[in-house]
Amino acid sequence: MKEVKVLSATGMLGSGFMESSFERGISLKPDVIGCDGGSTDGGPAYLGAGERYFSKEATKRDVRLMMAGRDKLDVPLIIGSCGMAGGDSGVDWMRDIVLEIAREKGYRFRLALIRSEQDKEYLKRRYREGRILPLKPAPPISEEIIDQSAHIVGVMGHEPIVAAIRGGAQIVLCGRATDTSLFAAVPLMKGVDAGPAWHAAKTLECGTAATAQRKRPDSIFAWVRDDHFDVEPMDPESRCTPQSVASHTLYENADPFLITEPDGTIDSTDSRYEALSDRSVRVYGSRFRKADRITIKLEGAVLDGYQTVIIAGIREPFILRQLDSWLAAMQAKFADRVRELFDGKVGPNDYKIRVRVYGRDGVMGKLEPRADELGHEVGLLFTITTARQETSRAIAKTLSHFALHFPIPEWRGLISGLAFPLTPPELDKGPVYRFNLHHIVVPEDPLEMFRTETMEV
Amino acid sequence: MAKLGDLAKLIRSKNAGPFVLTFDVMFEDDATYRKVIDSQVLSKAGFAALYRVPQEDVLFVEHDAAKAIKISIPRPYVQCDPDDGDAYGGQQHGPLVDLEVPE
Repeated sequence: MKEVKVLSATGMLGSGFMESSFERGISLKPDVIGCDGGSTDGGPAYLGAGERYFSKEATKRDVRLMMAGRDKLDVPLIIGSCGMAGGDSGVDWMRDIVLEIAREKGYRFRLALIRSEQDKEYLKRRYREGRILPLKPAPPISEEIIDQSAHIVGVMGHEPIVAAIRGGAQIVLCGRATDTSLFAAVPLMKGVDAGPAWHAAKTLECGTAATAQRKRPDSIFAWVRDDHFDVEPMDPESRCTPQSVASHTLYENADPFLITEPDGTIDSTDSRYEALSDRSVRVYGSRFRKADRITIKLEGAVLDGYQTVIIAGIREPFILRQLDSWLAAMQAKFADRVRELFDGKVGPNDYKIRVRVYGRDGVMGKLEPRADELGHEVGLLFTITTARQETSRAIAKTLSHFALHFPIPEWRGLISGLAFPLTPPELDKGPVYRFNLHHIVVPEDPLEMFRTETMEV
Repeated sequence: MAKLGDLAKLIRSKNAGPFVLTFDVMFEDDATYRKVIDSQVLSKAGFAALYRVPQEDVLFVEHDAAKAIKISIPRPYVQCDPDDGDAYGGQQHGPLVDLEVPE
């Protein structure tokens, strides 16, 4: 029976793993070592501004150990969604870390960089051709929206990774990729059945997230065979149970039984989970339903402006009992003050002020079923957003003073209605971004949206 | 009457991408899982009423192997849009914890 062994170093590159666990994984002689390096989970700023999630130090520590393991076994090392969002700057950043380690340790290998940032002219052409389709729910799309985006990435499947490895790449640094594709690429290339290959990949992608009591991010290992896969965490004190492995299909997915990949759907409806030992699990019955066309998901971020924020608390019972009308009257009056401030050059459409009320519905907004209840104090977060940081800051400085002394009818005389925990109360947040695409492209070829560059190191 | 939070081993919410919010209610054993399912306290209609979202937007799944109930809805605000207050979507499950399950 065909068998492909896959080592997942940790759930997210830079979050760490135990050296002993990873070493144990290396001793089992995997055919590939993989690690995911990113997500949309932190928000659009990572894609928009090219922010990193973990520090270079944390990332380099994990990559150094993975490169040492790879050098020992001479098997492919695949890192996905480099630098968090998987934009070109993230791939460059990861390349520099890998080259630095190679210099320090004297490693030699063939390196492939697979970029997934999208050319706007290409996307506009595909849009005009009707080959960009909305997912549910999707924001509106147009050629202007494509043009305005700060960065757009396509989320690659296994195909570009397989092509790079067939081309001799020993370390593959991917731009944005599905978490699963990194771990499915080598098993699929070696010809095991796609059902267990993809379901094993889904189980591995978050590292020890599929264990019963996740103590810390750590390494996990799978043996992928033709009609099943086995999975086991590498820390002897950590356990996978049938329930913990089954449960992992739930994590961060809308539908636990059907998970969409660029070339089809992982279907775990009929998967059976059996305990192989008290800490390893065997999974039968997973299927992969191949689609009749490739679909590549897009992720886009657009600059929404520059923000300044103010944090404040209120304990005054009379203000609290009229909180909404007090805030509404304050904002209405403040519009006149802004007009004065900028001599009419900044109009009501040039700035956005939002007030979030903690202690009422600050966390859940319109989903909050208890929004009519107010405690004895609330926290307020004011956000002021305009096209320029200086403008946002100027508005915030006037707003904090204006709001501090905004009157209520119950008291005669000057009041100070806001408690500022910080002074100055205004904090510049810098640029803020929005996700602006939830769409798929239907390319003619699974490779056409991704650019691969190889180099001898 | 027990609360769902006392019966489940984990109740959590999370982004499923920037546009979808998902809720997992997981149980230690089959009996508790069945008891909650049979109580009908947590159903497609019940969830829609509690969160005041249209029923047709609610994806409701019972996962027997995981002993878990999973619910997904479109995010009320796109992740990190100006009105969104929960970047990871990790704090939207509170009302489920307090749900009362009849004996």
